[in-house]
Amino acid sequence: MGRFVVRRLIQMLLVMFAVSVLTFLIFNVIPNGDPEVRMAGRQANESTIAAIREEWGFDENLVVQYVTTMKKVFTGDLQSYYTQLPVGEEILKGLPRTISLAVGAALLWMFVAICLGLYSAVKAGRFADRFLTIIALVGISMPVFWVGALMSYYLGFKLGWFPNGGYVELTEDPIDWAYHLILPWTALAILFIGFYSRVLRSNVLDTINEDYVRTARAKGLGERQILIRHVLRNSMIPIVTLWGLDFGAVVGGGAILTETVFDLQGVGQYAADAVGQLDVPPVLATTIFLAFFVTLMNAVVDILYAYLDPRIRLQ
Amino acid sequence: MNDAQPLLTVDDLRVSFATEEGTVQAVDGVSFELAPGEVLAVVGESGSGKSVTAMTLMGLTRSPNARFEGQAHYKGTELIGASEAELRRVRGAEIAMIFQDPMTSLNPVVRIGDQIVEQIQEHEGVPDQQARERVVELLERVGIPRARERVDNYPFEFSGGMRQRVMIALALSCNPSVLIADEPTTALDVTIQAQILQGMRDLREETGAAIILVTHDLGVVADIADRIAVMYAGRIVEQGTLDEIFYDPQHPYTWGLLGSITRVDKPRPERLPAIAGLPPSLADRPEGCHFRPRCPHEFAQCTNVPPLEARVEGQPGHLDRCWLSAEEKRTKREVRPGEIGLAAKERTPA
Repeated sequence: MGRFVVRRLIQMLLVMFAVSVLTFLIFNVIPNGDPEVRMAGRQANESTIAAIREEWGFDENLVVQYVTTMKKVFTGDLQSYYTQLPVGEEILKGLPRTISLAVGAALLWMFVAICLGLYSAVKAGRFADRFLTIIALVGISMPVFWVGALMSYYLGFKLGWFPNGGYVELTEDPIDWAYHLILPWTALAILFIGFYSRVLRSNVLDTINEDYVRTARAKGLGERQILIRHVLRNSMIPIVTLWGLDFGAVVGGGAILTETVFDLQGVGQYAADAVGQLDVPPVLATTIFLAFFVTLMNAVVDILYAYLDPRIRLQ
Repeated sequence: MNDAQPLLTVDDLRVSFATEEGTVQAVDGVSFELAPGEVLAVVGESGSGKSVTAMTLMGLTRSPNARFEGQAHYKGTELIGASEAELRRVRGAEIAMIFQDPMTSLNPVVRIGDQIVEQIQEHEGVPDQQARERVVELLERVGIPRARERVDNYPFEFSGGMRQRVMIALALSCNPSVLIADEPTTALDVTIQAQILQGMRDLREETGAAIILVTHDLGVVADIADRIAVMYAGRIVEQGTLDEIFYDPQHPYTWGLLGSITRVDKPRPERLPAIAGLPPSLADRPEGCHFRPRCPHEFAQCTNVPPLEARVEGQPGHLDRCWLSAEEKRTKREVRPGEIGLAAKERTPA
């Protein structure tokens, strides 16, 4: 198991390197025109552009450019020439908000999806299953910005049951923190719940017909133990993969819409604002940040996967 | 051996499944008794209902599409109509089962030791450490080397034969009185088959458990069985002791089965004799004797269902379902002098 983890982490570093090179190429080399002009933003003057060219080494060869760019991204030296704010600090400021959103929503959607998926599979073909199928389809079909806006308008603004946007630090007041996040968590989780519960349902139905489930029944085990220990554990393997990737994407700023609708000021919203202003340095940094997080979660998932399915460890 | 009070009595068991092609009568009036410590072999082709019979005794065929009639009494418990809770007490503890395919019958993501401990703790309140010790002993007993280390391995780290030993250890872990083995050697190499059978024989000596051995392999049967029930299309067509079935078979289907065994003590035939035709579809079975369409000795009376009864003088436990007289059977079953088989069926003009 230890060797598997080390090997997987080395692989992860290689992928991260490749991702950083690709991102560099996409931002600085592939588009036409001078990179320093794009980097400087919309209302830059000649002297700023010249300074950027000098600072980023855009008149030197690509290797020097790559190294300089990465140095800037990873030392927190990067700054937005539009807002004049350091990018690293802005991302760090948004990170607790984004992680709060992602962790809560991911736990919520996983938990609810397991319950609904399992229940649906046990009741397969009956009314409860068909009803849940429809609900799941509705959930999958509703876009986050629409659900989020509705929830925020009716539950937050009209009824006043929940705060209308905003964020409270976890360290400041945990209850208020959760209270502020309930709507965003739910809005983000709805889509995933629909999707995950469907996938889990079909996995459970496949697994339930396996010979080892019959063996478990022949041992005299109870239905609950058979379901949890023998069916669910085997059905969870594909779900865990999805979960890791989706979680990684949300932390990496993938929940752009949710963050924006609820004005959470997280990494996703920061990226969205920067795109709106054609402010390239934050977009570059958040792209790399997202890619790295997805890669990291991918590795974590594989390790978790090996824990769930011992056959993986040997390969 | 049959004098003792039977341990298990199956009485007119019928199982049918509703399918898209109509109702499939998988088991159609099966009755037998099993004495303590006895080995009963249930023999037949695929689809003859032998596995369904075995699994129904443990309630493993229950589904919304299945219908059950008849009874099966085990030590005062009626199994067919029993509630799930009652059945759970019997499963694994009183009646244990070994399945056909050891490659898929163990949970791939749970250590084998834990899979056995789970069963022990379900039926007996044994603490973890003690249950584990018992598993190590069991694994040693079924012939798994270095059992103490292997107990923490996963199923994929075992070969097929070793996995079947694990299954046997699992089945024996709560000292059941009845062991149902559903084609336990079919998925294994011939050399491994012999080892597994030897193991089962030893265990029967040691534990005194009665065994129901479901198989299509008469070679396996000759090694281990006390009594044999031959099944065809959901019915038992002949039942008797090992010697009765092998040396004085009464039903033409049994002749066909015996005639299609390869024998090392006889010159090898050019082609291994096979029973012509196919078993009937269980959704649409012929009237009367189900074997009639494939039987060369068919005559007028065969359109009536022959009852399963003793038809041979001096063999009160030897039952069969064939209308032919004992005399006719004796002459018709010899395809060559001293050799039992089923003659080729003449084509009836259309």
